[in-house]
Amino acid sequence: MENMHLKLKIWRQGGKFSKKGEFVTYELDNVSEHMSFLEMLDVLNEKLITQREEPVAFEHDCREGICGTCSMVINGHPHGPNAGTTTCQLHMRFFRDGDTITVEPFRAKSFPVVKDLVVERAAFDRIIQAGGFVSINTGQAQDANAIPVSKESATASFDAAACIGCGACVAACPNASAMLFVSAKVSHLALLPQGKVEAKRRALAMVKQMDLEGFGNCSNVTACEAECPKEISVENIARLNREYISAAFVYDEKEEKGGGAG
Amino acid sequence: MSWLTNTLSPVGLGWFGGFLTSSIGKKVLMALTGLFLISFLPIHLLGNLYLLKDDKGESFNLYAEFMTHNKIIKAVSYTLYLSIVLHAIQGLLLWRQNASARGQNYAVKVTRAVGTNARAATRMGWLGTILLIFILLHMYQFWLQMKLGNVPRAAYGNGEIVKDLYNPVMDAFANPTFVIIYVVSMIAIAFHLWHGFQSAFQTLGLNHGKYTPFIKALGKAYSVLIPAGFAIIPIYVYGDSMGWW
Repeated sequence: MENMHLKLKIWRQGGKFSKKGEFVTYELDNVSEHMSFLEMLDVLNEKLITQREEPVAFEHDCREGICGTCSMVINGHPHGPNAGTTTCQLHMRFFRDGDTITVEPFRAKSFPVVKDLVVERAAFDRIIQAGGFVSINTGQAQDANAIPVSKESATASFDAAACIGCGACVAACPNASAMLFVSAKVSHLALLPQGKVEAKRRALAMVKQMDLEGFGNCSNVTACEAECPKEISVENIARLNREYISAAFVYDEKEEKGGGAG
Repeated sequence: MSWLTNTLSPVGLGWFGGFLTSSIGKKVLMALTGLFLISFLPIHLLGNLYLLKDDKGESFNLYAEFMTHNKIIKAVSYTLYLSIVLHAIQGLLLWRQNASARGQNYAVKVTRAVGTNARAATRMGWLGTILLIFILLHMYQFWLQMKLGNVPRAAYGNGEIVKDLYNPVMDAFANPTFVIIYVVSMIAIAFHLWHGFQSAFQTLGLNHGKYTPFIKALGKAYSVLIPAGFAIIPIYVYGDSMGWW
């Protein structure tokens, strides 16, 4: 099928549409199977603009699957039904002529809708600000092997670091839990020597912020891993649990508050 | 000076309270109480299997007598009641909190899962509610009547008179309504354990390439065999009372 006709049931909220939001169905002709999903939305928006209608607001940036911006739920799947891809990497050849496609924003109380498909994901930024960093300057590049890192740790850390912070885990989770995101950030730092130094207080601080943001609790459903465009494993959640439980029992924050010598 | 002021305890409960009220701490409580309840099931099942012994309830009633009078078992049983209460209350609170974390619901939502059953995993609250109702009924029907002494008495070999729980159980299992309630509840517990068994280990951080496949396989076998063992007894007793075998 070269050119498809599609029915797009898209969530519209704010602007000319109601504040609490509603679905609007658009018909789109001549959709090429070579288009990405975002290009298809671009075509829809050009059509809407020519018709003097309000274009659909959606987020996009790199369009190559590394920025984590293109958040939307397509036919019940964050970033669409394909495994290991973001919305911008989803191509129209995965749909059939005459399909009705339902497009909704990521839904979580902690991700309020800004407009249409755009949600505010500042909650993730605040979780990172709470501890998702190493608080020393890294300085010059080290001599090779000056700091030994095992192959296993490097691989596991890098797998966790593949997280692009898109929020698909929250969108997919029946509890809107952010555990996969937080666990990926905690894991990628805790597995490396520079990050390990602050691993305990990092786990405590990030989980505390996660709870304050109002995300749900993890039920180990693993929907997050199934939908994650970077295929982050729930093994990271187990690692976060280990880090958090051990930190809760051995990390003494009073010692941290005490001033240094002199 | 610290980027980590007030790390723990959002509500001034001290570090332990802070741990228990954190999202992970709540789940740790669910996992520990859940695993304790899981470990109790085979013990209960072994006792129940005495019901199948053709001795008019002698071994079952003597076993019940022992279980209700041994001090260590009493202490364990109070821990068990506490676990049921904590698991149920915490579970209901988590269920409510998790349900409200979404806000607006999706028009279309497909939940996939990796290495567990998504349908069971997303319905732990409903399954748990069925089990709670069953446990309340079960404890009212047998445990409370035994405790209050509203059961007949029976005398065996050494002349000791003990409470007869065997006959009330046999009467209940001759009633098709109870048999259906019992069997349906065992199906609910099977689904609850199918997800819960391995989930408890994951919550405690025990996920490792070497052991997790074994834990998952054990969980699946456990969640089928133990409830099936419980369910066979009322079906057998009912069939027996109807003269099917």
